[in-house]
Amino acid sequence: MNDAIRARGPWQLAFERLSRDRWAIAATAAIGIIILVAVFAPLIAAAIEHPPEAQYRETGLSPSGIPVGPSRLFLFGTDGLGRDILVRIAYGARVSLIVGVLASGLAVAFGALVGIVAAWFGGAIDTILSRLMDVVLSLPFLVFALALVAIVGPSLTISIVVIAFFSWATVGRVVRAQALSIREQEYIRAARSMGAGSMRIMFVEILPNVAATLIVYATLLIPSSIAFEATMSFLGLGVVPPTPSWGNMLADSIAFYKVAWWFVAFPGAALVGTTLAFNILGDSVRDAFDPRHDQTIVVDADKEKDS
Amino acid sequence: MIRFLLRRILWGIAIVWFVATLVFAMFFIAPRDVARLIAGRQASDQTLELVRKRLGLDQPVPVQYVRFLGRLVRADLGESFLTGEPVTNVIRRGFPVTASLALGAATLWLIIGVGTGVIAATRPRSVFDRVLTGVALFFYSMPPFLLGELLLLFLFFRLYMAGYALFPPGAYVPLTESAAQWARHLILPWFSIALITAATYSRLTRGAMLDVLGEDYIRTARAKGLTERRIITRHALRSSVAPVITQFGIDLGGLLGGAIVTEVVFGLPGLGREAVLAITTQDLPVIIGITILSSTLVVIANLVVDTWYAFLDPRVRVR
Repeated sequence: MNDAIRARGPWQLAFERLSRDRWAIAATAAIGIIILVAVFAPLIAAAIEHPPEAQYRETGLSPSGIPVGPSRLFLFGTDGLGRDILVRIAYGARVSLIVGVLASGLAVAFGALVGIVAAWFGGAIDTILSRLMDVVLSLPFLVFALALVAIVGPSLTISIVVIAFFSWATVGRVVRAQALSIREQEYIRAARSMGAGSMRIMFVEILPNVAATLIVYATLLIPSSIAFEATMSFLGLGVVPPTPSWGNMLADSIAFYKVAWWFVAFPGAALVGTTLAFNILGDSVRDAFDPRHDQTIVVDADKEKDS
Repeated sequence: MIRFLLRRILWGIAIVWFVATLVFAMFFIAPRDVARLIAGRQASDQTLELVRKRLGLDQPVPVQYVRFLGRLVRADLGESFLTGEPVTNVIRRGFPVTASLALGAATLWLIIGVGTGVIAATRPRSVFDRVLTGVALFFYSMPPFLLGELLLLFLFFRLYMAGYALFPPGAYVPLTESAAQWARHLILPWFSIALITAATYSRLTRGAMLDVLGEDYIRTARAKGLTERRIITRHALRSSVAPVITQFGIDLGGLLGGAIVTEVVFGLPGLGREAVLAITTQDLPVIIGITILSSTLVVIANLVVDTWYAFLDPRVRVR
């Protein structure tokens, strides 16, 4: 193209805004590191020669059976069974990332499906689906999740399913509202007059137009899913020990908080660091797609409007 | 207005009924022998038969379901499998603890959240605003159980070791016994809920305030020569509290049904801890009772918020 001003699509604009956002870059880098740690957890364990479930009763516990603090042998100290906390944090990152990404992906996919179907078909289908979303949103989700897990028996899969089940309705509501206004657009009528069926309109015409919202929600649901999983593991109904997860490490640490600060501090820092990085990225992604949402800019826009 | 209220109440009852059915299905059609669970692994077939009969488990599922709903309507939640105590007693015992926790925390988070939100909105991009945005995001990312643990570690234990026993580590003292001790024992749990929840309120208030401060009527108010203070409190804040109220209803309603994590971390004998205990011991009637109670509270909270709106804004009633 020879035009002086090149047309830029909304995705390109969003990406450009994002790549100028220092916080977004820092958060992405942090997430990158966490992913690397998770992927290479076995390598880390091999390099230190401490498998995640190995108990070092001689070197990893004091003579009175108390965990030992950070040292050259155990960089982040040991836990109540003399296991290496650094290695267990690395393995715990796998659990957190898998649950975070899969639960959020499932929730967004299902929420998008329900939201679009409700908005496109309207009528009784819309009423039923909307009421269903209302019900899911008014369930006391933690009690329900715990009860459900207690019946079925805890596992990684059930954690993912339960978290997704309690998260999709928020997405569904937002997507439905957006799809309702998209439905009335002229290009939808045009598609209809060219003979497009419901399937085509829902997934080829409407879906790409709510994609930005879906990406924002997917990013923001990852940290809340990670926190949800950690909470369930903390309460003993998440990942089954001895498999390490940040939640069950923090639960174990409660018995030792008086003598072993490192047992709380390092897994805690890993957990907050991860959710914080995803939340910062999520906020930035939202601002990038919808700059008006960034309130500090809104004020400026108003000033410009005045002049 | 009355029609609106009636419709809302009916819908609320429908939700509670739906939740009750869901819980019933979860537990009674679950692939698990409830009788064996109660009677123990070594129980003889005769004992199992007796237990089934006593609980009405020998009846067909629809009969059990109708009986279950019948008892529910009479507010009879059955008895604990474990102790034989009526579930309503368990709830009566736990509720004051949870209510003390929830109401105190709610007061704190409203003050902290709305206060900081307003200050940040009146000075966008200032140092305060930037720092607050960061701090809010930090607490927003913090799972409540972790903050509870950290408060225990630093504010209780480290201070205690240093010789300042300012905060007790938990346990509950009834308000009727000693108001001072009640508050002292609850202050760490309150803050561990309030700081996290306040983060949401701060972001919410700031956003809503900034929207409103850009409106024409604020400019009119300024042109009239009103003081900035009056503009903020009388004009801006009043019309930006709507999203805060909605959120407040949801949060408080949810919390009153049991602040599970905080109660577990601080060892407070509230509804949430009772629920977790019941879940780990598979004490079905208690789980069912508390689950239904907490969804009822969420429904009531939503009802109150909706009514409040409809009262303030007649347009809502038409919906």
